[in-house]
Amino acid sequence: MIRIEEVTKRYPGGHDALKGLSLHVEKGEMVFVTGHSGAGKSTLLRLIALIDRPTGGQVIVDGQNTRRVSRRKIPAYRRQIGMVFQDHKLLYDRPVFDNVALPLVIAGIGHREAARKVRAALDQVSLLHKEKQSPETLSSGEQQRVGIARAIVSRPKVLIADEPTGNLDPDLSLEVMRIFRRFNEVGVTLLIASHDIALIDQLGCRRIALANGALAVEKEEDPVAEYIERMEAEQGQDHWQA
Amino acid sequence: MKSSDALAAPRRRKPITNWAIRHVSTAIAALGRLSRQPFASLMTVLVIGVTLALPAAMHVVIKNAQVISSSWNNALDFSVYLRTDVSLDNAQRLVNIVSQRADVESVTLVSAEDALREFREQSGFGDALDHLSRNPLPHTLVVRPSAANTEVSMGLLNEELGNLPEADFVQVDTEWVQRFHAILGILERAIAIGAALLAAAIIVIIGNTIRLDIQNRREEIEVTKLIGASNAFVRRPFLYIGMWYGLGGGLLALALVRYGLYALEEPVNRLSGLYSSAFSVLALDLSESLIIAGAGVSLGLLGSWLAAARHMRRIEPR
Repeated sequence: MIRIEEVTKRYPGGHDALKGLSLHVEKGEMVFVTGHSGAGKSTLLRLIALIDRPTGGQVIVDGQNTRRVSRRKIPAYRRQIGMVFQDHKLLYDRPVFDNVALPLVIAGIGHREAARKVRAALDQVSLLHKEKQSPETLSSGEQQRVGIARAIVSRPKVLIADEPTGNLDPDLSLEVMRIFRRFNEVGVTLLIASHDIALIDQLGCRRIALANGALAVEKEEDPVAEYIERMEAEQGQDHWQA
Repeated sequence: MKSSDALAAPRRRKPITNWAIRHVSTAIAALGRLSRQPFASLMTVLVIGVTLALPAAMHVVIKNAQVISSSWNNALDFSVYLRTDVSLDNAQRLVNIVSQRADVESVTLVSAEDALREFREQSGFGDALDHLSRNPLPHTLVVRPSAANTEVSMGLLNEELGNLPEADFVQVDTEWVQRFHAILGILERAIAIGAALLAAAIIVIIGNTIRLDIQNRREEIEVTKLIGASNAFVRRPFLYIGMWYGLGGGLLALALVRYGLYALEEPVNRLSGLYSSAFSVLALDLSESLIIAGAGVSLGLLGSWLAAARHMRRIEPR
């Protein structure tokens, strides 16, 4: 479903965020990308969302090579992908309902059909009773669930999430992950960037570790790598370069 | 909850209906956004309205001046005063001769008696005239040139009428009318230039307002683009805001002109009464009103489109 082939990304100024990264996410998989900040997680997601384009290599999502998506076609491409962000990226000048409805409004879906889908999405994140409230009145966890409802309201086949639990305490994080798990069970392919190793292990999903813009370890159980990674995540430093 | 409702296939509308509904709802949403900042919105509308009202009001003034001056076509007539020794019969014969000319539309004979009677009635010197032993007035030919005359042929006609042996002198009082028309022509041109400059000003005003609006909603635009909105989609509400500004300004301009004319109506009527003229002020007619409102809408759309095209593209998700 998501195929990354020999992807490099060099930012202006010469910083290489990704160095020949290759990875493959199967249809219906739920995969976590881990690694300390600067390892290339966010860059990877940015390339998939076409916020950036790769310097070299191919990014292929659901059979579409992002190189062949012209600037004008980017909006249509993005509409096929659900995106969840660490900072929710909600619009605070309108109620929860309108936030969740936005992708449907953009896609030009009629009001009645949209209302039905919005309520279904809100129901899935258990926020149906808060549809009329402003996002500002919600807790951080609830806001993230609104963000998730918006990401899945148009039933995308692929959902990417960048540190979706980054601002949440453990209980809320688990709740958010359980919601993701439920989508995965109905066939959605998920790629989630996170550094919350303990939480990921509870879910038992495949984990892809990045370091310095390349694959570090791609194994479910590797105590040494896990230890190193955990140390890095906690210290936020790059031992590999030291 | 009615499950049958949720399971039923969504009612398919024709795409064009959906499209129209989207536009109408965007337009209403834009109006709602403006109404949430009533003071700022009204200020913008006021500026545009006054700016549009200036050329519109000047146009009305010129239009009325043209109507008034066109009734002065009489002033272009030649008055050929005959020598006092020319008899009425000779004068009558002269009328026939002069009216044959191709450059003459009509000739009217004002006999000395008629002229005296008219003078007596209108001048208020009736009593004084009674003391005169004889009529001091000559017979007069009022020659109306045909419309095809040019300035040169008018001069020629003037000269030839003066050369008639029966003519004492020829009076034409056309110069000031011509000057007046020339001034009106200049004013009309000046108003057109001024209107073009003011139109540019309106585009800048609306463009700048929309630019600020875009900057204030930068985050919203970024998020909307991030979840798949096209440039056209994010531009649309701003175009509608520009359109509402323009329409509001256009309607305000019409109201201002109308109120101005209303305020002028009474003194103008009094003045035209003094000239025993049936003149009454001409307001903007329907097509002119539509042009002004349409100009407001077009300038609003143009200004907002320029601002959106310039600033929207730069806002991309980071």
